[in-house]
Amino acid sequence: MLSALKTIWLVLRHMFHRRVTVQYPETSNYLAPRYRGRIVLTRDPDGEERCVACYLCAAVCPVDCISLQATEDEHGRRYPEFFRINFSRCIFCGFCEEACPTYSIQLTPDNEMSEYKRKNLVYEKDDLLISGPGKYHDYNFYRVAGLAIQGKDKGEAENEEPPVDVRSLLP
Amino acid sequence: MATIYVDGTPHEVEEGQNLLQACLSLGYDLPYFCWHPALHSVGACRQCAVKQFKDERDARGRIVMACMTPVADGIRISIDDPEAREFRKSVIEWLMTNHPHDCPICDEGGSCHLQDMTVMTGHAHRRFRYKKRTYRNQCLGPFLNHEMNRCIQCYRCVRFYRDYAGGRDFDVLGSRNRVYFGRHEDGVLENEFSGNLAEICPTGVFTDKTLKKHYTRKWDLQWSPSICPHCAVGCNVSPGERYGSLRCVVNRYNDAVNGYVLCDRGRFGYEYVNSEKRIRGPLARGAGENAVEAVSKGTALERIRPWISEPERVVGIGSPRASLESNFALRALVGPERFVAGMSDPELRLARRAVSILRDGPAAPPSVAEIEACDAVVVLGEDLTNSAPRLALAVRQAVRRQPTEKAARFKIPAWDAAAVAYCCQNEKGPLLVATPAPDRLDDAATWTRRAAPDDVARLGFAIAHAVCSASPAPDAMSEADRSLAEEVARALKDAKRPAVLTGVSCGSEDVLRAAANLAWALRAEGKDARLSIALPECNSMGLALMDGGSLDQAIEAVENGSAQTLVVLENDLFRRMEKTKAERLLESAQHAIAIDCVENPTTARAEIVLPAAALYEASGTVVNNEGRAQRFDRCYVAEDNIQDGWRWLIDAMSAARRSEAKDWTSLDDVRAAMTEALPALAGVAQLRVEGGKIPRQPHRYSGRTAMRAHIDMSEPTPPEDADSPLAFSMEGYSGAEPPALQPFFWSPGWNSPSAVNKHQREIGGALRGGSPGIRLIEAAPSEKIVWFEEIPQAFSRRPDEWLLVPLSRIFGGEELSVLSPAVAERVAAACIAMNPKDAEALGLKAGDEAEIRLGGTEPIRQPLADMKELPEGVAGWPSGLPGVEWVEMLSWIGRKGTD
Repeated sequence: MLSALKTIWLVLRHMFHRRVTVQYPETSNYLAPRYRGRIVLTRDPDGEERCVACYLCAAVCPVDCISLQATEDEHGRRYPEFFRINFSRCIFCGFCEEACPTYSIQLTPDNEMSEYKRKNLVYEKDDLLISGPGKYHDYNFYRVAGLAIQGKDKGEAENEEPPVDVRSLLP
Repeated sequence: MATIYVDGTPHEVEEGQNLLQACLSLGYDLPYFCWHPALHSVGACRQCAVKQFKDERDARGRIVMACMTPVADGIRISIDDPEAREFRKSVIEWLMTNHPHDCPICDEGGSCHLQDMTVMTGHAHRRFRYKKRTYRNQCLGPFLNHEMNRCIQCYRCVRFYRDYAGGRDFDVLGSRNRVYFGRHEDGVLENEFSGNLAEICPTGVFTDKTLKKHYTRKWDLQWSPSICPHCAVGCNVSPGERYGSLRCVVNRYNDAVNGYVLCDRGRFGYEYVNSEKRIRGPLARGAGENAVEAVSKGTALERIRPWISEPERVVGIGSPRASLESNFALRALVGPERFVAGMSDPELRLARRAVSILRDGPAAPPSVAEIEACDAVVVLGEDLTNSAPRLALAVRQAVRRQPTEKAARFKIPAWDAAAVAYCCQNEKGPLLVATPAPDRLDDAATWTRRAAPDDVARLGFAIAHAVCSASPAPDAMSEADRSLAEEVARALKDAKRPAVLTGVSCGSEDVLRAAANLAWALRAEGKDARLSIALPECNSMGLALMDGGSLDQAIEAVENGSAQTLVVLENDLFRRMEKTKAERLLESAQHAIAIDCVENPTTARAEIVLPAAALYEASGTVVNNEGRAQRFDRCYVAEDNIQDGWRWLIDAMSAARRSEAKDWTSLDDVRAAMTEALPALAGVAQLRVEGGKIPRQPHRYSGRTAMRAHIDMSEPTPPEDADSPLAFSMEGYSGAEPPALQPFFWSPGWNSPSAVNKHQREIGGALRGGSPGIRLIEAAPSEKIVWFEEIPQAFSRRPDEWLLVPLSRIFGGEELSVLSPAVAERVAAACIAMNPKDAEALGLKAGDEAEIRLGGTEPIRQPLADMKELPEGVAGWPSGLPGVEWVEMLSWIGRKGTD
């Protein structure tokens, strides 16, 4: 008896609480920038693809839904020839973002990805690549890596000495 | 045996090794860089520091380098000691001060010894705030990529390239902290074993350039246990596949065969599998001019069905580059009488002679490892570096190792590489290289002799006679040859384990006989002498052990009309007989069926062409020089209608409702029927494991649910492999695989090629399950030696005629590897070589085009090259090079034919 009254009281009280349900899609909830939704590939501050096709995201992916193939431009800059994420398998765990050594792969707060056809959930590089740097504005992997690419010769990266003169005999 | 205490635990270990080796053999993880099981210790990197204690009461101890400390009874060390750990961590930290931030774009990543060691020591945070040293790279040719920034100055590369492989165009240059590992200027690394730098280098300074073109991480490749198809040494390799194409070939350790090292032809020749010349579906050639159409498998089999329904009307040409099983299936299709081994008459005669010498004589064929342990070597008539490269490297090791026996007298342990080298200086073990043409082994040789094959044979007979007087002596030897023979014989008599190496490429049976007499003479003198005979192709020995006839029999059968249909299995007849003869053979057969993996002149003339799997896509068994039968398993299922040669033949037999193969469903059935029918191959056994199939993919294999998603959302079940205990999967059998079935080497914390440490009984020794392969040839007991008595006359040059001898070429001399773009880049220009005096007599100079007519065929044009070492009266022919026509070796070309 007492418990029944308690329950009725609780329900009555809730009638005067603020409403939690929102009228989606007219209104939507706030999702923090760190929310793990749709995956994007970002560009470095110079506007070049950040992805260097190191395969770490693919390796760490627990559902193996990332596949890619590395290739190089004529100056030795490495990038993915194709980059495919099968979102019908993705569990949005964010391991790929954690594994990415170049801040290329990032999870965004966008979660509106439903499709009528499963095949449309297979995103290729064109679908993934965005035009900006995402959450990390300044990082440019090739500026710290030792590899020479177009526009950055040996010894021109951050924290690098100019190339050694092998023929020097100075002590 | 000695007892050593590692962190208080006593272990029984073999004496005579160093602590690092002992600790690794015991399964401890101890980081190291400059040490390598094949290169031994120099103590340069200071990475393998451990603490050594005086006795059990000593608590302070002192830090020593494990690789420079010999194992001694009762020695107490600690790997886990905090001070030793800190020391090792600091060493890595120093090395990393200059190491670039490259791992994501470095091809070594994921199979990097430096990564593994860094993780092992626990160094994770860079404290060094100053600048990194940088270097410019060099262009080192089509095989290797150079990225000097990544170097940690362990000196392994230069020790391998110069000391181990005998290269001269690579060195450590510069001074101070500017030392540089490269060539004195950009250019192709000349040594035939340069590709090993990719595995020897503990970091990413040298990486496989062919892999870079379609780069895939080690963990993403599907591997299989396979055998190199490019020569008859039978090196064990692991091919790696991704997205349906072959990406690389790496060494698969087999202590008895290749050890840690492959040659560049084997390592970089794999791309023929991806070549545009691959046949990817059945083809039918119509009556019209070059009317070729792709047909379905069913149509192709339906077309050939009536042709093969009567075996008496079919003749089958096998192949020394196809597996035993494929050849046996062909033998079943056509019947043993009409099966020919796919070698020309002289070729088959030489191969059979090699088998009879090895089987009936007292000198057993040595494994590559046994050659390395020899202390005197005679090479007769074969340019090993170009025809069986791994054997040449083994000879180098034998020559290098022999003087180190002296070091033992000074109590220098054999593993102390720098001290041993200092003790031996430039001393070399005795090596005679007697060949017609200059040889890459000449720089390691004590004696070299350039002579025509007959004279090489005579020299061999003379040495044999000088060793054991029962062996027949050649008459009328020149004084120089006689004293050379005596000198060599003295050196051989001083040796304990001499080896005689020869081969069939110069086409002379006399050379084989001379080598046999020499090896047997050494046996008669009580030496543990070995005789190795290099054959040309990966299964030449297997075919010699089978019972087929020679190509001449096929020609006869087709030309006298007893056979109407010709089945050519993985064989290009134009590489084994004159062009006109091969054309006539293929034309006179009513129907010609070719089963092959790549387009060649034979498939271009066949009525039906069936696409065979390349060796890396196929399963079967091949037999190497040593008579070691080694199984190989497919790395992946080739696309389209490509299937194994034996599978096509079974399909053809069942289409023709033939009973021979009605019970054959898998490779094991073919193998069982084969061992029953051919007692010489009885040792070829089945191999199965219990408890699931062995995964071909590493457990980190990625992209399973995405790699096919753009084609089809539903993920197919992986193909089943009925022919082996391996699965196309990352799941399955866990535990120690039999080594013959081990697709790749990996161990927790060991991702680099050094992972093989964890699979060996002791470091540098046999794998835990033994050395893969079964030896089919064992020598006869040596009570009674039947000497070869017929000794050829001394070579006498004919006026205005020249004897053709082969110039074997490692790059380009082999049919398949030359289809690999990287190898094709290294192919030398084809030329006919002559002594400059001969050329002058003809009024020709180097570079002039010589026109050669043989047997009334069309003239062959070939530029002339001077080769002053070549004996007069002999001409060198680049047999097998692309665009060079087949010419029978040891035939004479005359002035009339040359202008």
